[in-house]
Order: sequence, then structure tokens, then C-alpha cells
Amino acid sequence: MYKVRIHITLKPSILDPKGKASHGALQNLGYTQIKNVRIGKLVELEVEADDEKAAIDAAEQAAQKLLANEVMENYRIEHIEEAG
Amino acid sequence: MGSVAVLVFPGSNCDHDAYHALKHVMGADARFVWHKEATLGDADAVIVPGGFSYGDYLRSGAIARFSPVMQDVVRFASAGGPVIGICNGFQILLEAGLLPGAMLANDRLKFRCKQVHLRTERTDTPFTSGIEEGRVLSIPIAHGEGNYTAPEEVLREIEENGQVVFRYCDALGNVKPEANPNGSLRNIAGIVNKERNVLGMMPHPERACEASLGSEDGRLIFSSLLNHLEVA
Repeated sequence: MYKVRIHITLKPSILDPKGKASHGALQNLGYTQIKNVRIGKLVELEVEADDEKAAIDAAEQAAQKLLANEVMENYRIEHIEEAG
Repeated sequence: MGSVAVLVFPGSNCDHDAYHALKHVMGADARFVWHKEATLGDADAVIVPGGFSYGDYLRSGAIARFSPVMQDVVRFASAGGPVIGICNGFQILLEAGLLPGAMLANDRLKFRCKQVHLRTERTDTPFTSGIEEGRVLSIPIAHGEGNYTAPEEVLREIEENGQVVFRYCDALGNVKPEANPNGSLRNIAGIVNKERNVLGMMPHPERACEASLGSEDGRLIFSSLLNHLEVA
């Protein structure tokens, strides 16, 4: 079993209304040194696979087919570890 | 008169409104099709209704798009069958790749539930053939994620192909930023595919088919569709 993390972020060219609103709230709280906020998703998968490559392949397909929408999002497979 | 399939997903909540508008107001042969069905049966047109299919988990429409019946909707649409996606139905059609682009959260993050004005940009579709070009329709919206976005080259393409069917406008038909309820690029409220047989729109025509609801303009879209089915 492998644990795989997928980070999904809005493409840089896409406006992020949720990030913008959160940024505004942080400004109001006085965190004026924070200049921008972009909000994404973190998806953790537990994948049964023979080896690391097969686990990453499965995660890659899951991201392309369902988890990320590549019209507006990028994804990055971030973290992999063998789980017990 | 043709038969119209109204899809039902877990979390659909405008399915009955669409059914009512088509069957009782327009007099069409409407019926529900549960999302687990493998086929649409002998439907002549399909409505993908609004709501919160699968609780909008992951992204609006992202999971519904893989429902069994959606495979048949893709087949039906590819064969030229007319499909209307309303609100969440529009989001499902975007996720299914039947229409170009994607939806973001509304700018200013408000769930917008109000009557809006739409300018009819194109009348060369099965859904708008009975409407005069430029006519302003009064139809309500109700959504949190209707902020239409697409890469610049896609926007250029859909504009060049005349695929933008409805834009948010003021009561006089002026398309301007103040009339845009959600931040959609170029005030886009509804588009068709290149073949013009698939329409997605955020506003709810099924909620604007009876005078008691404040507007009957939604009927123009359904009557265009039903006339199209009769001729076809």
C-alpha cells in the first residue's frame, strides 16, 4: 500500500475568488505582510500497487480523469510513502 | 411532440421544476430518468437540471459527469441530439467536456439568487430559434459557482463561432459589468457547443414559465426546442 498526495491548485491565470476573500480577511486581521492568497486542494490517496511507479501512475490517472479539472487547475503529485 | 428526458441525480433539486414546466406548462411528453440508468430510452431531447448533484463535492458537476446515464448523454449529444444543461446541469456538461470552459466561485463569493436580464445573442440554435435576436429575457439565477471562465484562446474561438447564446445585461439589453452577477468572463450566461445542439446556461428558464412566477420568458427557450423537435 502506498500513500500518495496530490496537490491541486488553480492555474496562475485563473482568478481565485476564495483566495482573494481570504486575503482580504487576513488584511483586516492586520497581516498586511501577506501579499497574496491562493487556495487549492490536498487529496490523499491510499493505493494498492506493486511498486511506487504503479502507485504514481494510478494517482496520475485519477488526477487527470476526476480529481483535477485541467481547464482551470494544475496538479502535482507531491508525496509518496509506503504505508503499512 | 417529442419526448424530453429530465435527468435526476442525487442532489438534483430543479428536476421537478423542469418536469413541471415541460409537461404541465408546455404540454410536452416529459419523463424523469434516474442517473443510474444506462440509457436515455427513446428521448428526443435531454434536460440536465439544476441542483447540487453529489453535494457539489470535489467540484460542481465533477462526479455526476461519471454517472452511468451521462455516458449515454455523451453518445446522444454526439449524434446531434439536443441537450440543455441548466445551472448545475451546465456545470455537469462542462465537466463532461460537452461544452468548453469551467465554473469558478462567484466573484465576491456571494450565492446569487435573483432575477436577471439576459440578452439573446444567437437565434441560430434549436433553443433560441423562436426568439428575436437581441431580445432581453427576464430569468432568475440561483448559484454560488457560476463564474464562467475559459482560456483566452477558447474564449476567442467560442466568440468567433457564435457560441455565446446569452449574456447578462441590464433591462435595456446593455451588456456591462454592473449587470454581471457573478464575474463571468464577457458576461457569459449561456453557451452552445460548436455543433449547436448542446446548450448550457446558468439562469433557470424552468422557473420563468408562468406569469405567477414573475416571468414567462423561459417558455421561449422550451418552445423553440419543442418546435425544433416537431420539425426534425
